[in-house]
Amino acid sequence: MSSEEKDIKEAELFKKVEDFLQVFKKGEEFTHELLKENERLRFKIIKLEEDIRNNKKQVDNSQVKLLKDTIAHLEEEKNYIVNKFKEVESENKDFAARYVEVEEENNNLANLYVASYQLHSTLDIYEVLKIVVEIIINLIGAEKFSLMLLDEDVNELVAAASEGVDKSEIPNIKIGIGVVGNVAKSGESYFEKDFEKKRDELKEPLVCIPLKIKEHVIGVLVVYSLLMQKKGFTRVDYELFSMLAGHAATAIFSSRLYAQSERKLSTIQGFIELLSGKPKPK
Amino acid sequence: MSSYNFLVVDDSPTMRQLITFALKRIHNSQVTEANDGVDALKKLSGNKFNLILLDINMPLMDGLKLLSILRGNPSYNDVPIIIITTEGADVDREKALKLGANAYVTKPIQTNELLRVVKEFLKINE
Repeated sequence: MSSEEKDIKEAELFKKVEDFLQVFKKGEEFTHELLKENERLRFKIIKLEEDIRNNKKQVDNSQVKLLKDTIAHLEEEKNYIVNKFKEVESENKDFAARYVEVEEENNNLANLYVASYQLHSTLDIYEVLKIVVEIIINLIGAEKFSLMLLDEDVNELVAAASEGVDKSEIPNIKIGIGVVGNVAKSGESYFEKDFEKKRDELKEPLVCIPLKIKEHVIGVLVVYSLLMQKKGFTRVDYELFSMLAGHAATAIFSSRLYAQSERKLSTIQGFIELLSGKPKPK
Repeated sequence: MSSYNFLVVDDSPTMRQLITFALKRIHNSQVTEANDGVDALKKLSGNKFNLILLDINMPLMDGLKLLSILRGNPSYNDVPIIIITTEGADVDREKALKLGANAYVTKPIQTNELLRVVKEFLKINE
């Protein structure tokens, strides 16, 4: 190989080395840039991670606060509802109790209405006495009783109707004598307190109710014993007794007056026909 | 809405009125009254009743006689019958229940209690 060729080869080699160095430098620059970029990105990631952490904390705190508020609100609402429920429950109990009271009152009024209606449904004295007896059996629950009316001629109480005991067994009673006579005299009702007490039923009755028109006693209702299922008197029984004291007296008095007026009318008509000469219609 | 036909058999007009008064508190109720067993049989013929309320002590035909007649008749075999009576002894109660009464109520009656029993038989929930 000539020295010229040798130079050429060297020059080529040198050029190749130069090229390689340049490529290497570019590679080095690129690597530096990459490293820089990497550094920047890592920094950015760290910053972002920090931001995320901070944000999350903030979000967590506000959510917890919101939830706490909601729970407190719900708790308040729950307490309100519980209180309201208790209020309604107590009101409900009150209504139920009042309903029972109203039902009882209704029941009592029905009894009083029916008794009063029946008493004034007739002007026949026997019908009236029958109705009084029915009321005492069916609405009060008496087993043995009598209805004694005042005979003003002899000032004695005479049995006009009875149940469970024959009228003939009931002696006439003088006003002011014994329990019944004293009730007729005073005009005050009598109630035996001890129902279990052994007693002579006809002389020591359970109940005596004077039948009065205003202050005038026309008779006495005397109860000797009650039906076996009737263990005592209820409020409506006392109301029925009180109603009977007035209404039965009025009904008996009216029917007696009506019977008297019918008799008088018939007598007067007879006289008129006799005087006018007209025959009595058959 | 259902309607209810009741037959009230009692010789006392006071009791009939009181029971009728109570039964009329049930919506769409019709009450027929009879004053003894014979009268009740007349009213029963050709009429359909949902429930019969029956007294025991009555003239002409008493309540127990009528009860046994009704229970022997297939037409009235399944009609509920409530006895309403002054007889409070267990023996009377057992006798009536044995003859086919569905319930036994003693006088003096509480109308609200009677209504409760009636509604129970007719499955009325007012």
